[in-house]
Amino acid sequence: MSTIGSSSTTTTASVRATLAGGRRGDLPGTVFQVLLLGSLLFSLAVLAILVADVLGRAIPVFAERGLGFLTSPLSSNPAKAGVGQGIIGTAVLGGIVALLAFPFGLMTAVYLEEYAGDTKITRFIQINIRNLAGVPSVVYGLLGLSVFVAFMSAIGDTGSGRNIIAGGMTLAVLVLPIVIITAIEALRAVPNTIREAGYGVGASRWEVTRMLVLPSAAPGILTGTVLALSRALGETAPLILAGAVLGSFSGLNLSTLFSGSYTALPVIVYDWSRKPGDAFRADAAAAIVVLLVITLVANGIAILLRNRYERAW
Amino acid sequence: MAQASPALPPGISLRGSAARRRRETIVRAVFLGAALTTVVISLFIIETVLVEAIGFLAQIDLSQLIGIGWFPRRGIFDVATLVIGTLIVTVIAMLIATPVGLASAIYLSEYATPRVRRTVKPILEVLAGIPSVVLGFFALTVITPGLLKPLFEDANAFNLAAAGIAVGILSVPLVASVAEDAMRAVPRNLREASYGLGARKITTSLQVVFPAAVSGIVAALILATSRAIGETMVVAVAAGAPQARTLNPLDPGGTMTSAMVLLASGSDQVTGNTAAFQSLFFIGLLLFIVTLVLNVLGDAFVRRARQRY
Repeated sequence: MSTIGSSSTTTTASVRATLAGGRRGDLPGTVFQVLLLGSLLFSLAVLAILVADVLGRAIPVFAERGLGFLTSPLSSNPAKAGVGQGIIGTAVLGGIVALLAFPFGLMTAVYLEEYAGDTKITRFIQINIRNLAGVPSVVYGLLGLSVFVAFMSAIGDTGSGRNIIAGGMTLAVLVLPIVIITAIEALRAVPNTIREAGYGVGASRWEVTRMLVLPSAAPGILTGTVLALSRALGETAPLILAGAVLGSFSGLNLSTLFSGSYTALPVIVYDWSRKPGDAFRADAAAAIVVLLVITLVANGIAILLRNRYERAW
Repeated sequence: MAQASPALPPGISLRGSAARRRRETIVRAVFLGAALTTVVISLFIIETVLVEAIGFLAQIDLSQLIGIGWFPRRGIFDVATLVIGTLIVTVIAMLIATPVGLASAIYLSEYATPRVRRTVKPILEVLAGIPSVVLGFFALTVITPGLLKPLFEDANAFNLAAAGIAVGILSVPLVASVAEDAMRAVPRNLREASYGLGARKITTSLQVVFPAAVSGIVAALILATSRAIGETMVVAVAAGAPQARTLNPLDPGGTMTSAMVLLASGSDQVTGNTAAFQSLFFIGLLLFIVTLVLNVLGDAFVRRARQRY
């Protein structure tokens, strides 16, 4: 018995050693895991270097100019140029995008999820929305240029139609598919029992949608809209094609806000980045800080909304 | 509904008030109208791009499409220059996004603890949310002087390689998130069967989970390629402008997208020069077709991946 017992102990030990890959352990496995972790850290490192580089260039500008940088207009003199017009432009564009993309996106999502049956037309609309989401943003710029700018010009805009409303419409169309797709996901997450409870007490489809489904899906819909908005605020190419001004222009008052020249923060970043000389590069970095603060605040609000109201049904 | 209730006593209807039914019809019509605007948008895009592109081809001599480079203001529209530039940037971008994105996806799906996932995923989302013009600035001020210049002395201050690297960085979160979704959708029992046969984690990840998720992984790579081809501002900031045809990634150059932005932003002359102006739409048409084909293909793979399990 004792011999058998001891031999079984050695067998167990040797089996265990074999399973563990012998004395050298699981070397390929460890190397693999380190490589995987390394690639994840690569992204984080890039993000850290980017932020450090931008801040390093921007802090002297803010230290020297203070809030003046945020309020001064554009200028060909880097020591005077500021992002005041860009901040106003970006804020107005954001407002136009929210006013247009949110209602249209929400209504489309409600139609597809709550009203439409699984017909050929519905499926065609869905495929079309997915394809629109993949169209490069610069192509939306062409649409803005030849449809919205032309429309503004036709209804008598003095600046040949290249105004901020045309720019805002272009961005709204650009993010519309994102708003629709995230709203559809939010509506899909609302359990059917809630709808059936509504129909059970005699509510019509619109009443069920308005009183039961939309309130339940609101956090998800809002999160998606804010994310889409933050994407719109960072877009550059469509605005350049649709006529945002590069370089400087004068005039920054409310009477010309909707009809005059306009620019936006990312357009300013593009313009200043390409100018020769370190002075404008520093200004560009400072403008990037302002842009990142705005988009990160928007993203942060979206993530907070999601975490605060996230519900498991 | 009304016909389906023959048992009801006469005079009683379940159809509700006429006003309520009318409101129901109006609401439905308005929502359908909103849904149809998305179709109208597509039609507008196609119409705009097609009409102006045909106008461009009708206006120029077709021999102008082949030349020494992309000089729209001189009437030389060598499309090959832009296609080569696009290929250089896209290939470099995918050389970075493929290994880094897939490795991140495997780690997040197979190795990471829930806590690591909760910390790392938002950071990837932040990286995905950075405006591309900012990545262009990063390529111009960090990648070229900090990485490329020390390695290659003859790298230009504006070059395609730096733009490609930055576009790759921008595509990592997309590859990682689509590929991770695909790998997490692989059922648990496949992994357990593999462990039951004595396979190690690396073997299970690479030889069981990865092949099972291959449709979704292919979809991730196709969608990222499409994204890289359509990426505009990184190239417009960091790569300079398209000039003579070049195969050297260390030269300045342009892609289809950056050429469009440069045409629109160069100066107002382009509005007077009809051919140069319309060439915008011709490149736009090429870009639209290429990305549409890739997106439809990527979508098909995503759907195949979903149907598997």
